[in-house]
Amino acid sequence: MYQNFAEVKKALSSGVSVLEIVETYLSKINENSDLNAFLEVFEETVKQQALEVDKKIKAGNAGRLAGMVIGLKDNLCYKGHKVSASSQILQNFESLYTGTAVQRLLDEDAVIIGRLNCDEFAMGSSNENSAFGPVKNPINKNLVPGGSSGGSAAAVCAGLCTAALGSDTGGSIRQPASFTGTFGLKPTYGRISRHGLIAYASSFDQIGPFTNSIEDSALLLEIMAGCDAYDSTATSRSVEKYTSFEKPEKLKIAVLQESLETEGVDSEVVSKMNEIIEKLKKEGHTVENVSFPYLEYMVPTYYVLTTAEASSNLSRFDGVHYGYRSSEAVGVEATYINSRSEGFGPEVQRRIMAGTFVLSNEFYDAYYTKGQKVRRVLRDKTDEIYKNFDLMILPTTPSTAFQINAVKDPIQMYLQDIFTVHANLTGNPAISLPLGKHSSGLPFGIQVMANHFKEKDLFNFSSYLIEIA
Amino acid sequence: MKITDEIVDHIAHLARLKFEGDKKIAIKEDMNNIISFMDKLSEVPTDNVEPLIFMSDEINVLREDIPVVSLTQTEALKNAPKKDSDYFRIPKVLDK
Repeated sequence: MYQNFAEVKKALSSGVSVLEIVETYLSKINENSDLNAFLEVFEETVKQQALEVDKKIKAGNAGRLAGMVIGLKDNLCYKGHKVSASSQILQNFESLYTGTAVQRLLDEDAVIIGRLNCDEFAMGSSNENSAFGPVKNPINKNLVPGGSSGGSAAAVCAGLCTAALGSDTGGSIRQPASFTGTFGLKPTYGRISRHGLIAYASSFDQIGPFTNSIEDSALLLEIMAGCDAYDSTATSRSVEKYTSFEKPEKLKIAVLQESLETEGVDSEVVSKMNEIIEKLKKEGHTVENVSFPYLEYMVPTYYVLTTAEASSNLSRFDGVHYGYRSSEAVGVEATYINSRSEGFGPEVQRRIMAGTFVLSNEFYDAYYTKGQKVRRVLRDKTDEIYKNFDLMILPTTPSTAFQINAVKDPIQMYLQDIFTVHANLTGNPAISLPLGKHSSGLPFGIQVMANHFKEKDLFNFSSYLIEIA
Repeated sequence: MKITDEIVDHIAHLARLKFEGDKKIAIKEDMNNIISFMDKLSEVPTDNVEPLIFMSDEINVLREDIPVVSLTQTEALKNAPKKDSDYFRIPKVLDK
């Protein structure tokens, strides 16, 4: 059993082969098939890859990720392998190319073990919206693992792979990380190329890693980050050495007052936050409450803008060029309508309808343009905080993982993301650290958010916080 | 903002989706809830605020226009629900 890359490397140095490591993970996946974390295991190609990496290790020219076994959220393209976004509409789709982030992992000799269940088109906070069934939380199988990257979180939590990739549009990496006691990173918008990520909301989406150690999170970011000819929103800023953690100097840390005062936040989450604040103060850091009276506007703004972008991005599914086509279809219009209505699940259709509404001629200014204006207000106000502070800390989720089928109202489900959508609305990097342990035994995350492209500060502080907390 | 049957029909047409019977009742209710949730935004003063459109600070990322084969015809047709050797096939458009 290899929970992190350090354990893998230790095994490698004692003579265990990558193939043997892969086989250990494969049997672990088999034992845990009831979690429904993997939609498909790439058994043949992962073994082939492992043999090649073993050869490279012998020859002394293996890459930095030799021995790391990675699972991909089912919305990341890997050439010659299926990718479905957990949707009927893409059920038999095969990737024609490999996305940039995935390619960079392969170039450093990571092996890809399979694709992981998620909410359909990454829309959801519980992984109950997958067309291929819900994922169970390995810590307690009656609970959700969070979403939308629920399969990735569950797989890393249960030790079914060394690390996994997810995507985070409003919390889809950090919220499931909180629910499964793993590390989940959403980098700055533009830090990792989105080429080869099936789009949900393009001005929000970011790829990021799930890991069982902060070192592995930093390493994967370091390898995946950097500019890319296939994504013009990917930044040209140089990639820093995130893996060399330095002890931070005395810091100024902001706590969003409203995040601790909002109704519905578990009292144990609040007391953990207060405990961390006290420890940081004792270590000589300045920790101050900052009022940010926009908390209640964030999730509505997020839904105006992401549903609009989703309705546009998902218009490509027409039943003609690829994906599902209704057998009922006669004529062009009916081909579109029947294929889409039969192929998309209820939550995806709900969001396409909401997004089409806010983009429609009559309501565009009142909703979509208004949402973009509020987004600027949120970003400016957040930038103001970072003028005076180095970092911000807040809970990742209001509570611990909830029961499968417990949250039925869409709006209540949307409010799951109350503390995570901030970073996506403003583009900031944020990480969920598994620091909380509830009296029920369940984990919960503490979130650290940094200024744009300050991932280096984020990792320095996170590794330090783990030490002292 | 109240979502009516007419609005549902109009939006469904734009989105190329269809909702009939119970599904229509459900989507109307969901849209009413979601849109009234979105209505919260009107409370935020945004006079003289420009909409934030681009999240990336990269401006005009350009590259040389070099012709390369990105997808072959065979690859492009690979995932088609119906095809022949050269074309996507679609259901009949005309009756004759």
